[in-house]
Amino acid sequence: MMRFAQVDFGGVGKQINLAYVPHARIGDYVLVHVGFALTVIDETEAELIFADLQEIAELTAAADAPA
Amino acid sequence: MKYADEYRDGTLARAVAARIGAAADAASTYHFMEFCGGHTHAISRYGIEDLLPPNVRLIHGPGCPVCVLPIGRIDAAIRLAQDPRVTLCTYADLMRVPASGGTSLLRAKAAGADIRMVYSTLDAIRIAEAEPDREVVFFAIGFETTTPPTAHAVRLAAAKGLRNFTVFCNHVLTPSAIQNILESPDVRALGRVRIDGFIGPAHVSTVIGTEPYMFFAEEFAKPVVIAGFEPLDVMQAVLMLVRQVNDGRHEVENQYGRAVRQNGNEHAKDDVADVFELRKNFEWRGLGMVPYSGLRLKAAYAAFDAERRFGIDYVPAADNPACECGAILRGVKQPADCKLFGTVCTPETPIGSCMVSAEGACAAHWTYGRFRDKARSDVAAG
Repeated sequence: MMRFAQVDFGGVGKQINLAYVPHARIGDYVLVHVGFALTVIDETEAELIFADLQEIAELTAAADAPA
Repeated sequence: MKYADEYRDGTLARAVAARIGAAADAASTYHFMEFCGGHTHAISRYGIEDLLPPNVRLIHGPGCPVCVLPIGRIDAAIRLAQDPRVTLCTYADLMRVPASGGTSLLRAKAAGADIRMVYSTLDAIRIAEAEPDREVVFFAIGFETTTPPTAHAVRLAAAKGLRNFTVFCNHVLTPSAIQNILESPDVRALGRVRIDGFIGPAHVSTVIGTEPYMFFAEEFAKPVVIAGFEPLDVMQAVLMLVRQVNDGRHEVENQYGRAVRQNGNEHAKDDVADVFELRKNFEWRGLGMVPYSGLRLKAAYAAFDAERRFGIDYVPAADNPACECGAILRGVKQPADCKLFGTVCTPETPIGSCMVSAEGACAAHWTYGRFRDKARSDVAAG
């Protein structure tokens, strides 16, 4: 119930409660709200979405390129 | 910060905007409501509306927790804090919300009430432990994101046998509010607000998951795309919504898969279900009484319920009659439509709650949007 971790927010450190992410491990990225970690960031999903965005950018660049 | 900065890339944002422009049918218009105050803030801060084609419009919804709390609830908290036995603990953004008679928690504190700002519910627990002679009351507000930390504190207080810790519960539910908007006369009968789809909340959905949105996606035939709080997240969600509308689909899609799972956070939901139950009715600023939209402590935790311990009576109180917060929260009006906006009502001296919180539509527009309005009118005037 009272498991805490030191979380680094881009250089600012804070003690954060891990009650809702019992599977969190050292080095994970977590989403924090009012002192509690609510979810562990899924790196694979993050990369999928970002790859989709980059594909959009490439498509747009190709469409804009002079023929 | 990782998983934040890369979703703020301007070049990518312009590319997504170009895709939205290409996907949107020039002969029709698209109106999407962002429910959540975090999105309202991001949309204003990053100028997302300027990147979108003119026929794709965003409507601010009632998802700013401070904004939707009615004045009567703040009045009740102030009355509670004026009890000399009580130490009232609250999140910082409630301090300046205007209450009845020109007062606020901040003014009540200046007048001598023991009101303390806390970062987390656990800070309130620590105060209760350190000062056993004080009646420590946590003023709990917010949507599904802030509810689990309150539930956690109540369970912790019970486990520790704390007798001087209670919660004044004002937690509210996102799905009930969305349903209320979809069933409101503004949307249905009067047609004053057109909604073709929703940008679904980010952090709220990490707790409740994607499933609760399926009902109104189906029942009201409105697409929902759950999106993260970064500008590229919002842009991508808009593109997904445009595609759903074009295809005649109304599904729940999840753009924020890096943080939101289908079932949400089971541990958090279990704590909430253990501690809280539905109220039959709860008043929202702007929406009025919304059935089954608020939570209260279960009888098993009655010892930690400030409403029972202190006999708090809820007395509804009227907003300033000139304030348009209510209409703005329903998506009927924009901040600039209010005659108080930017004149007597500014973040320094807010008249309505939408000007207080950084997530409020008026505060966001004041901070990031008001010069854009002027630039547009200058262009229009030639």
